Amino acid sequence: MYNPQLNAQGQLQHLLSIEGLPRRILTDILDTAENFVSVTEREVKKVPLLRGKTVCNIFFENSTRTRTTFEIAAKRLSADVLNLNVGTSSQSKGETILDTVNNLIAMHADMFVVRHQQSGAAHFIAQHVPPHISVINAGDGRHAHPTQGLLDVFTIRKYKPEMHNLRVAIVGDVLHSRVARSEIHALTTLGVPEIRVIAPRTLLPSGVEKLGVQVFHNMDEGLKDVDVIMMLRLQNERMSGALLPSTQEFFQTFGLTPERLASAKPDAIVMHPGPMNRGVEIDSAVADGKQSVILPQVTYGIAVRMAVMAILGGGNAA
Amino acid sequence: MNILIKNGHVMDAGQQLDQVKDLYISQGKIAAIGDAPAGFTADHVLDASGKWVLPGLVDLCARLREPGSEYKATLLSELRAAMAGGVTSLACPPDTDPVLDEPGLVEMLKHRAKSHALAHVYPLGAVTRQLQGQLLTEMFALTSAGCVGFSQADAAIVDTQVLWRAFEYAATFGYTLFMRAEDPYLARNGVAHDGEVASRLGLKGIPVAAETIALQTMLHIAQATGVSLHIARVSTAESVALIRQAKQSGMTLTADVSIQHLHLTEMDIGFFDSLTRLTPPVRTQRDRDALRAGLLDGTLDAICSDHTPVDEDGKALPFAEAHPGASALELLLPLTLKWAAQARLSPAQALGKITQAPANILGVPAGNLQVGSSADVVIYDPQVEWRVDSQALVSQGKNTPFMHQPVTGKVAATLTNGVLVFQQEMLHLNN
Repeated sequence: MYNPQLNAQGQLQHLLSIEGLPRRILTDILDTAENFVSVTEREVKKVPLLRGKTVCNIFFENSTRTRTTFEIAAKRLSADVLNLNVGTSSQSKGETILDTVNNLIAMHADMFVVRHQQSGAAHFIAQHVPPHISVINAGDGRHAHPTQGLLDVFTIRKYKPEMHNLRVAIVGDVLHSRVARSEIHALTTLGVPEIRVIAPRTLLPSGVEKLGVQVFHNMDEGLKDVDVIMMLRLQNERMSGALLPSTQEFFQTFGLTPERLASAKPDAIVMHPGPMNRGVEIDSAVADGKQSVILPQVTYGIAVRMAVMAILGGGNAA
Repeated sequence: MNILIKNGHVMDAGQQLDQVKDLYISQGKIAAIGDAPAGFTADHVLDASGKWVLPGLVDLCARLREPGSEYKATLLSELRAAMAGGVTSLACPPDTDPVLDEPGLVEMLKHRAKSHALAHVYPLGAVTRQLQGQLLTEMFALTSAGCVGFSQADAAIVDTQVLWRAFEYAATFGYTLFMRAEDPYLARNGVAHDGEVASRLGLKGIPVAAETIALQTMLHIAQATGVSLHIARVSTAESVALIRQAKQSGMTLTADVSIQHLHLTEMDIGFFDSLTRLTPPVRTQRDRDALRAGLLDGTLDAICSDHTPVDEDGKALPFAEAHPGASALELLLPLTLKWAAQARLSPAQALGKITQAPANILGVPAGNLQVGSSADVVIYDPQVEWRVDSQALVSQGKNTPFMHQPVTGKVAATLTNGVLVFQQEMLHLNN
């Protein structure tokens, strides 16, 4: 099937979504990231792979954290980095998304890192750039956040290398989560046999089981004997749409507490894409506990983003 | 002016005509089919050998974008598109800017349409002022100005008391209401069918229940008030079942489906193709199959184009922000015949769904080739193969989900009131 992310040779041209990417490409990205982890631990944390190239972070939706990790990744590859918070500038003046993109093309940017509040925005931009420009989706609406999905499976692979033998639970607001969708596709592509989603019915998209997951509405049942727990962030505005009565009740029913964590395997790891709402989806005792790998996720996130940029930029050796 | 269309395969569902015959036009009317009327001498002869001669199509829903959205399309551009598509009579919904809720606006539209002398334009007046669902429009005055029925276009009447009274008031005068069923709360911010594809793509869904619930309410009120109700642009299998049941229980109502919904499913959204962003959304294959079955068994009476021209900028946006709608006047006929071939229905029978049936629903004298009726005639080449692209479309709106697809069959010529108003240059009629 036609995949807008791959070029005619089957190589990665854009990273828009994990869905539809062959396993070899995911493995290639993860293996490349493995090499970059050591770079990020060196005293001189730079490699010249993207020297002379310009990476442009276009954020139609503000996010300091994600933008910063992409910026660090690009700088460690020696690229020039341009940050654009379009959410606060051009769009409010009536400029269309295509106007913004065309302006940046005219400035000879080589790679676009795009975040947008609408699902499909990264695909849309990828359709409108010339072939020498790569687009990386840094989050589009509820659709996808592929580098987050990749860094999550990278982290899992680090702690639980036997991917084909894992039971993974994704907990919380799957309905609005691009992270959950990317995680599910990454896990299924890498052959994880059992993926569970745990959430109230109001926070699950219709037909979610068609993504290849088992649905649970009870934490204790859903977490039973899992190896990996991936928590999702609950946005505060979810209360207004009558999706939930209160954050307190959500914590009581779906929050990850030490007691609930005890249902999982004793060596289970706990993950969260950040930023966390302590006391809403996760108890501080778990977030800061010994099973938490939330901070390593952030560290690996830079290596994974370096790997994606390096591969799209044409070189894949650290 | 006397015109002879000779050697064409004449089809008319109403007269069960389906054979090669000559058709004679005199003084803008159909004068005879078969043998020449006494003393007939043709001023003009069109050779329709190998082509079909059909009644001009009747479309229940075509947006002409005037007044208010001339950057998307103009009355003239869309009436020309109608001619290129063989649509000689069309009803236009009231969602213009300003809304068609005052007699003066309707008169102006009728007048301007008439001055172009292309398709017959039949406005549907707004049911409520500004389509806001609160105050009734002057339906009697609007009818006197030329409205053939009333519609809320895509706006809902949320207040069920207003809905009830609108139905009661229209029933008082025997006016037909053309209503699309959609609960605005369940459909809020939705852009795609609430199902597998929307979940995967992270698009906000419009559940099937949004249509079912609104439809049940309307059916109930229609039953209670006895209003003449037409359900516009049905999109779900559940709606087809409900309408079938209502008809079986003896209720008189009619319904249509858009040509897009007869062919597309949610899978056609692909990678966020904004050309498939439609209102209502395209749904599952099961729904599409049910819509097709509903057309075959008469649950659904007609096919409309739901023609909605959108400018390029309006579609060059991420899916959810793209303006909904498809340009469809020029594809209605070939795509209806494509469905007919797939459904093993004879072309003549299928044509009834875009000629006789919609004419009956609108209560207008059109959609047939009866002797004495206005000579709105289409000469159609059923064989010519072409590809949909922006060059091939006359409409100012190039927004069709069928873009770049091969199509078989094209209108060769269109006559309105016995005047040859459109002729396809490639398909020369040796005259």
